[in-house]
Amino acid sequence: MRWFNNKDTLYGFLVILPSLVLLGIFVYGFIFQTFYTSLTDWGKDPAQALSANPQIRFIGFENYRELFTGLVDSRFRQDLVNTFFFTVFFILGCLVVGLGLAIVLDRSPRGEGFFRTVFLFPMSLSFIVTGTIWRWMLQPEGGVNQLPTLVGLPKGEFAWLTSREQIWQVSWNDLPFITALVVSAVLIFIAVSAFRGGERRRGYIASGSAALLLLWAFTLGRSLQPLPYDEPHGFNLAFIGIILAAVWQMSGYTMALYLAGLRGIPEELREAARVDGASEWQLYQRVIFPLLAPITLSAMIILGHISLKIFDLIFAMAGADNAPTDVPALLMYLTTFRANQIAKGAAIGMILLLLVAAVIVPYLYSQLKSEVRR
Amino acid sequence: MKKLFLTLAALALGTAGLAQSGKLEIFSWWAGDEGPALQALIDLYKKRYPNVEVINATVTGGSGVNARAVLKTRMLGGDPPDSFQVHAGQELIGTWVVADRMEDLTPLFNQEGWMTKFPKGLIDLLSYKGKIYSVPVNIHRSNVMWYVPAKLREWGVQPPKTWAEFLTVCQTLKSKGLEAPLALGENWTQQHLWESVALGVLGAADYANLWTGKLRFNDPKAVAVWNTFGRVLDCANKDASGLSWQQAIDRVLEGRAAFNIMGDWAAGYMTTTKGLKPGEGFGWAPAPGTAGVFMMLSDSFGLPKGVKNRTNVLNWLRLLGSKEGQDTFNPLKGSIAARTDSDPSKYNAYLQSAMRDWKSNRIVGSLVHGAVAPESFMSQFGTVMEIYLSSRNAQAAANAAQAIATQVRLGQ
Repeated sequence: MRWFNNKDTLYGFLVILPSLVLLGIFVYGFIFQTFYTSLTDWGKDPAQALSANPQIRFIGFENYRELFTGLVDSRFRQDLVNTFFFTVFFILGCLVVGLGLAIVLDRSPRGEGFFRTVFLFPMSLSFIVTGTIWRWMLQPEGGVNQLPTLVGLPKGEFAWLTSREQIWQVSWNDLPFITALVVSAVLIFIAVSAFRGGERRRGYIASGSAALLLLWAFTLGRSLQPLPYDEPHGFNLAFIGIILAAVWQMSGYTMALYLAGLRGIPEELREAARVDGASEWQLYQRVIFPLLAPITLSAMIILGHISLKIFDLIFAMAGADNAPTDVPALLMYLTTFRANQIAKGAAIGMILLLLVAAVIVPYLYSQLKSEVRR
Repeated sequence: MKKLFLTLAALALGTAGLAQSGKLEIFSWWAGDEGPALQALIDLYKKRYPNVEVINATVTGGSGVNARAVLKTRMLGGDPPDSFQVHAGQELIGTWVVADRMEDLTPLFNQEGWMTKFPKGLIDLLSYKGKIYSVPVNIHRSNVMWYVPAKLREWGVQPPKTWAEFLTVCQTLKSKGLEAPLALGENWTQQHLWESVALGVLGAADYANLWTGKLRFNDPKAVAVWNTFGRVLDCANKDASGLSWQQAIDRVLEGRAAFNIMGDWAAGYMTTTKGLKPGEGFGWAPAPGTAGVFMMLSDSFGLPKGVKNRTNVLNWLRLLGSKEGQDTFNPLKGSIAARTDSDPSKYNAYLQSAMRDWKSNRIVGSLVHGAVAPESFMSQFGTVMEIYLSSRNAQAAANAAQAIATQVRLGQ
């Protein structure tokens, strides 16, 4: 037992053992159980859904196939599109607003401490509280829509959360093609940066796979159609209100992150740049923003996983049944606990887990690698 | 001889009442406005069985959305409440009876002589394979159209008798400057409107056939429902999904809309909260095309298998089904008794008219309120509604409804 040749190692191991066991059962064990459930027909037969000893059959990836190509699961596909747009605008909004506030506060205006608290405060509220307040403010007949009347303008007409308008519609059948284009764009970007960094082998692999993917997209990609008919999905304008509330709540947090980053940049660097004759804009563009890049990445990861899992804010703002503002997490709840389709709910849960993992795992991997290097 | 027997029976019952002890846990979503009605029932129970400790476990949330989730957790966890509230019909049958979790109550019905006290149409909706699994406490009507008589006189229109007439009246009102003659509220009230349209377009027999699988959802007759529904929606307000059902009613009372289709708990809201007199402050008619048909929903209690206090639950169910129990509960709740022999003098003008219809009309069950379709269908019906609202394609919605019906084995 080379591991325990040292008493400290043994004690250390014993101390973390309980949490390892608990994590193993309550996190990884249940993830595995959910995954297994998602491969069964639990809930398809109402007589078995909630019986004391349900007979559950293994049916492979049938639930996943139904979610992506089934007639009745068009709501799930729209939910995925909703999540995509929500995530993009939520992260963008938080980063832009947060950075702006941080830069203003970094210049040490009078009452800095006061404003810092004010901007950070929304984060301490729960999403349920935020949702309830914004629900009132975004009523089509009152609140925000009444604001223009204060200065004599006609009142706003936008229906906010109850709007049914949809823009930027794309057919679900075009999705494989578009995904291939986006992924190859990312690969080309990786290839270019690899060549610049002198990592030729990595560059060749990346550009090679990008070329293959593009070739597939333009030859066969168009013929791969998940559905026999066109099913348009797009950005629901009802989400604008949700994005507003979410950005209001979380931009203070991004501001705090950026402010810490700005304070961490030594004054010497700024002065050196000024001495070299950099204008204020060049100072930010060439010195400060590059130094803030790791913070932007962390903020994106944190905001990204919040937005993919978002449930409570929308539940409080628009209710679980308002389909234009639906997201997969809400649908998972409805499918499992109202419709008793337990296996299908588990499948939605697994897809959510994969989405979040796609955001978190590369980040953890790169963090781990840099720590080892250090 | 008979008298002696009765005395003996009464004596036995009396001592049994005293002898009965232990606990009784009642699980329901009757909080807030409905709390006093439930409390009156509990008080009555305590009077009969003073030694039984009654635990009133309510989970708030309209129509039981939260209560049902808690109930599932408890049932799956092996801790069933002694008796729980559930919408009578398929909401109980499709979830709990088919899963073999409920006890057959047919013997209780026979013993108490309830088979003749409840209308046959109701007993049919409660039964699964010839057995009865719950005791209905109250009856609400779903297909009611509400309006303000004075306003209609002002506009010079009559409450429409059919959906075709409704659309004509709607055009008339629009030409008189009423932007949205029909007031509509959030998601479920739209589905509530749909079931009244479906009943009006299909008629009682075909409507009932939808739920037994005899009429398919993609049958041309059923597709026509969606077409009519679309034209009816064109008469409704555009901000519907932001309004609660009360706010939709308020629009009618304020004169910003002429009609609202809502269940008859709306009468309770208008009489109690708004202080209006039935027939003067507000008027009602069956939803267009549904005269002579009573689309009902009902709250009921059942007996889960494996409960700890079985005798206490049976006593509770006896009380719920009795004339005294129903006439204590319903005037407070604003609903009518499921029994046909209750005392009209305890009820207000609207409820008396509903009681007359309950005895004479043909009875069908509501979709949205759990009588005719299991939860698995009901909750996915929202997706069907969504497909229709976003595409306005009747055939697509009908196909999706049929696909869900097949998937959940509706009517099998």
